[in-house]
Amino acid sequence: MALINTRISVPTQAQANTLVEIKTLVSHPMESGYRIDYMGEMIPRNILTRFTCEYLGQPVIEAEFGPGIAANPFMAFNLLATTTGELVFTWTDQHGEVSTETRTLLVVDP
Amino acid sequence: MQRRSLIGYAAGSLLISLLPLSLSAAARQTLETVYGNAEFNTDRVTLKLPALAENGSSVPLSVSVDSPMTDVDHVSEIRLFAEKNPVPEIARYRLFAASGKASISTRIRLSDTQVITAVARMNDNSLWVARGKIVVTLAACIEPLL
Repeated sequence: MALINTRISVPTQAQANTLVEIKTLVSHPMESGYRIDYMGEMIPRNILTRFTCEYLGQPVIEAEFGPGIAANPFMAFNLLATTTGELVFTWTDQHGEVSTETRTLLVVDP
Repeated sequence: MQRRSLIGYAAGSLLISLLPLSLSAAARQTLETVYGNAEFNTDRVTLKLPALAENGSSVPLSVSVDSPMTDVDHVSEIRLFAEKNPVPEIARYRLFAASGKASISTRIRLSDTQVITAVARMNDNSLWVARGKIVVTLAACIEPLL
C-alpha cells in the first residue's frame, strides 16, 4: 500500500523549547464496511488502523483508528521542539501494510 | 446524629451518581466494557465539536487535556466514543511527554444525532471525561451509495 497524496505540514523552522503543530492528511477511502453498493452487496471494510509519529527516535503520538474516522484521515497534534532532527510518520492499514514518510524539523536557538 | 449522617451519605451518593445519570444507557455500557467500574473525573478535558453537522461523514473534532505533559505528569491515552455508531470507539491515541501539549484534532464519522465522549487517562491512571452533543442531519457509515 503506497499511500498517494500524503500531505504533512511541519513548520520550516522552530525555536528550541517551543510547541509546533504538525498536521497530516492522507488520501484513503476509510471504507467503513457498513455501506451497500448498487447491487445490494456489502462493500468490504478497508481502513487505515494505525498512525504513528516519532521525533528523534522517540514516539510523539500513536493513534489507532476505527471505521469512525472520516475518509482521508486528518490528524493535527503538537510536538515540543528540542533539537534539529527527523520526524518519521507511519500509517498502517488493516492488512498490515505500512507506509512511511520522513521530514526534518529544523530547530534554531532563540 | 445517625439520621444526620444518613442524610449526608444520601447527599454524597447523589453527587457521585450525577455523572453516570447524565450518561445514556448505551454510553454507560460502552464505557463500562472499556473501563469497568472506574471513576471518572471532569474539568480537565475539553471537547470541541460543532453543535450541528449537516453531513455526518466528516465532522471536525478536537480534544485537549489540561496537563503539563512532563515525564512525571502527562496524558497517556485519549479515547473517543460515539455511542450510536456501529463501532462506538472512534479512535484511541497514546500520548507521550514529547508532545508538549495534549491536543488532537481529527475528522470523524457519525451515524446519528448523539453524544460524543472523550476519555483521557493520565500517567497516574486517573480518568477524565468530557462529553458533547451533536445533531447530525445526514448520517454517515451506513448510508447506501446513490
